[in-house]
Amino acid sequence: MKDVKQTVVIPKEKFEFASQGDMVHDKKLQTKPVGYFKDAFRRFCKNKGAVVAAIVVIFLVLFAIFGPLCINSNYTDAYVTDADVKLYKYLSPKLFENGNFWSGTQKKTAVNESDYYQDLAMGQERGCTTISDFIKQYEVSDVFSTSIKYDYRVDAYQTIGAFTKTLTTEQYQALMAWQDENRLQVILPSVDRNATSKTENIWYKCQMKGNAYTTKPEFDENGDFIPAYRTYASADGRRDDYTSNMRLAKDPYVNGDTENGWSYATRTGSADKGYNYVVRVNPYNYFIYRYGFEPKFTFGTDASGYDIFTRLASGARFSMLLAVGISAINLAIGAIYGAIEGFYGGKTDLIMERVSDILSAIPTMIVVILFNLHFSATVGAVPALIWAFIVTGWIGMAGTTRMQFYRYKNQEYVLAARTLGAKDRRLIWKHIFPNALGTLITSSVLVIPGVIFSETSLSYLGIINLDSPTRSSVGAMLSAGNGMMTKYPFLVLFPALFIGLLMVSFNLFGNGLRDAFNPNLRGTEG
Amino acid sequence: MYMFKYVLKRLLLLLLTFFIIITVSFVLVKLLPDTPIKQLGKDPTLIMNIKVARHQYYINEAGEYIRTPIIEQYIYYLGYAFKGDFGVSELLYPGQDVWKVFSEKVPFTVAVNLYSILFSIPLGIGLGIVAAVKKNTWIDHLISTGVMIFVSVPSFIYGFLVQYLLCFKLHWFEPVMNASNGAFSWTGFSTMIPAVLCLAFGSIAGFARYTRAELTEVLTGDYMLLARTKGLTRGQATMRHALRNAMVPIFPMILSEFVGIMSGSLIIEGMFTIPGVGSLFVNSIRSTPNPDYNFFILLSAFYILIGLVAGIVADISYGFIDPRIRMGAK
Repeated sequence: MKDVKQTVVIPKEKFEFASQGDMVHDKKLQTKPVGYFKDAFRRFCKNKGAVVAAIVVIFLVLFAIFGPLCINSNYTDAYVTDADVKLYKYLSPKLFENGNFWSGTQKKTAVNESDYYQDLAMGQERGCTTISDFIKQYEVSDVFSTSIKYDYRVDAYQTIGAFTKTLTTEQYQALMAWQDENRLQVILPSVDRNATSKTENIWYKCQMKGNAYTTKPEFDENGDFIPAYRTYASADGRRDDYTSNMRLAKDPYVNGDTENGWSYATRTGSADKGYNYVVRVNPYNYFIYRYGFEPKFTFGTDASGYDIFTRLASGARFSMLLAVGISAINLAIGAIYGAIEGFYGGKTDLIMERVSDILSAIPTMIVVILFNLHFSATVGAVPALIWAFIVTGWIGMAGTTRMQFYRYKNQEYVLAARTLGAKDRRLIWKHIFPNALGTLITSSVLVIPGVIFSETSLSYLGIINLDSPTRSSVGAMLSAGNGMMTKYPFLVLFPALFIGLLMVSFNLFGNGLRDAFNPNLRGTEG
Repeated sequence: MYMFKYVLKRLLLLLLTFFIIITVSFVLVKLLPDTPIKQLGKDPTLIMNIKVARHQYYINEAGEYIRTPIIEQYIYYLGYAFKGDFGVSELLYPGQDVWKVFSEKVPFTVAVNLYSILFSIPLGIGLGIVAAVKKNTWIDHLISTGVMIFVSVPSFIYGFLVQYLLCFKLHWFEPVMNASNGAFSWTGFSTMIPAVLCLAFGSIAGFARYTRAELTEVLTGDYMLLARTKGLTRGQATMRHALRNAMVPIFPMILSEFVGIMSGSLIIEGMFTIPGVGSLFVNSIRSTPNPDYNFFILLSAFYILIGLVAGIVADISYGFIDPRIRMGAK
């Protein structure tokens, strides 16, 4: 082995006194002091998962606040007053105009012939494409017969069944004027019920079976549907007072054959009481007339025709407000109770602990049910729910506060304050409580997802009923959608996605906050 | 002796707590308006006669049914309850003994929860061990992320997923349970699988998270270093030393889960139509025009008792498993 020794020779003149002459003073710190909360914030930012979760939480809160503003309020206001809203139920979610994904289309499988033609005819009558994507046509045979089945996607917005409306003379005039102005055919010719089968959607002639019409269409020599509208030739059809210029292209009236022209309304009532007009309307254009915008629901509509996007947002807003409110109240009660327990200790502590022990043994579910049964009739479902959550909710907070008090109350600085003459109240709130604040805030953040979860489960189970046209809850949306899940999965998908995202992000956020506020973990993450 | 005294003390405290809660709940329920006599099933007089016989009502001179004072009702109720008579159902199963109906439902709840626990304990603890041993690798991150998601997402969300994907789309399972052959039959088991899955996801995640947390703490202990210096391989040291110590807090958790078996899940049972205690409870509350009070009282008492016992069992088992912990010692 060779001993390697290197000597660096530095000439003497290169040495210099660090400070020559002046007195060495303490320098004022240039950096800003890092306080408890700032340190916590800095450590929180290092936790990437928690930061992402915080962003998601903020996004969801913004959704809850501003979501209801995203839809024209003409429609949401009509929930209470207007029965027409129900006709626009189960519309598929629509975000994109084209394609099969999220475009307001719905897949139909194994559709029989007459239903297929009905969908097809609907488009012909309204001048739009109802079948957006034809998948296949195939034969299915069983022991008795062979039938043709179809698989295809329909545009859910264009296949809303036509319906009849009874309008007053003024409404009828206004609708006709609007039609002419906007060049949109709202009023469709009335169907001749004697020549077709049951529904308002079958405007074409159907095949006969014995003496009754089937729902299968009859075709002319070109393979087209044969219209079966009521004409002016029939007696009452003449009095439709239809003055609008908008008529279907194939209407014989357009070509000058007024006798066989199609009738667009039926007048009822009498001259002295005022006439009413029964009209058959195109639901899509009627929607535009009625509510002033083209129907396009990002999350679709539910069984009552309510827009799921805004319902979800208002349900979320309610849940969040409830949870934040309850968590704040619990924090206040728990802090006071726990402070008294922890500070005085001894017998006071023992008795107060027994009380909270007993209360904590009652399952929240049972408390909620009892409160709901007793008070929802007198004070309303929401206050009853809030009370029920508070009755047992504060116990966790009280426990946390109590523990913090036990940790700090015997420390020297408290003794010092006491010797200086501080009263109990000052010791509790000024000297000990601030130490517990960080822990308390984090646990109250973690209470929020718990409350939202309970509220959702309870309303899902139907134990509490918070639903009304103006207010909704996510749990009720889920339980309503559960029954229709096979046919309309979007009814469940969006609320479930929302709740799942909210729970994960709130828990991640809360855990990140807890770690950040825990001084024992300082420096461990490197 | 410490132990015996401690257990006795806890048991007495449990009984006291239970008694207080039950008294308060009973009074609160009885303060509610009772179901109108006309709506008591097909044969109201039959049910009213039972109620009179159980001193919940009496007949006055005019021949009307009058409710006895609540305190009297309560004393008689307790007396009958000790003999196992909890009254008859008013609306759900009119005229039937609630205890009998309840005991018919218990096996289903026990079965579905038992399967789910038996399935989730090995899986959960196994995942937790893997995550702890491979700490800060991609395996750990994957497991931890999955655990975080499955712990926080409510079980009914998995319920929807399982129902939609596995039952309706892939047709692997029946969406509805076939209860005709009883709870512990093959048909019962095979149609219960979706519900078992939904219940298991949450517990697997719970076990995995707990095991990982405990094991990572134990693995950094000094005695682990000692075990390695003695010449044990990493696997041996983990299995023989670390895992045993990590099990100390996990075992009580398993025990209390087993006690909780009977309480069941309100949502999952309803979703997959398992005729268990949970769905009975929900139905008893949702029955119209009033909740079925006798079911409600019995099941509330049952849930409260289960909760209390699970807490006690977990606490006491600490003392038995870990000789270092001496319960109740001063």
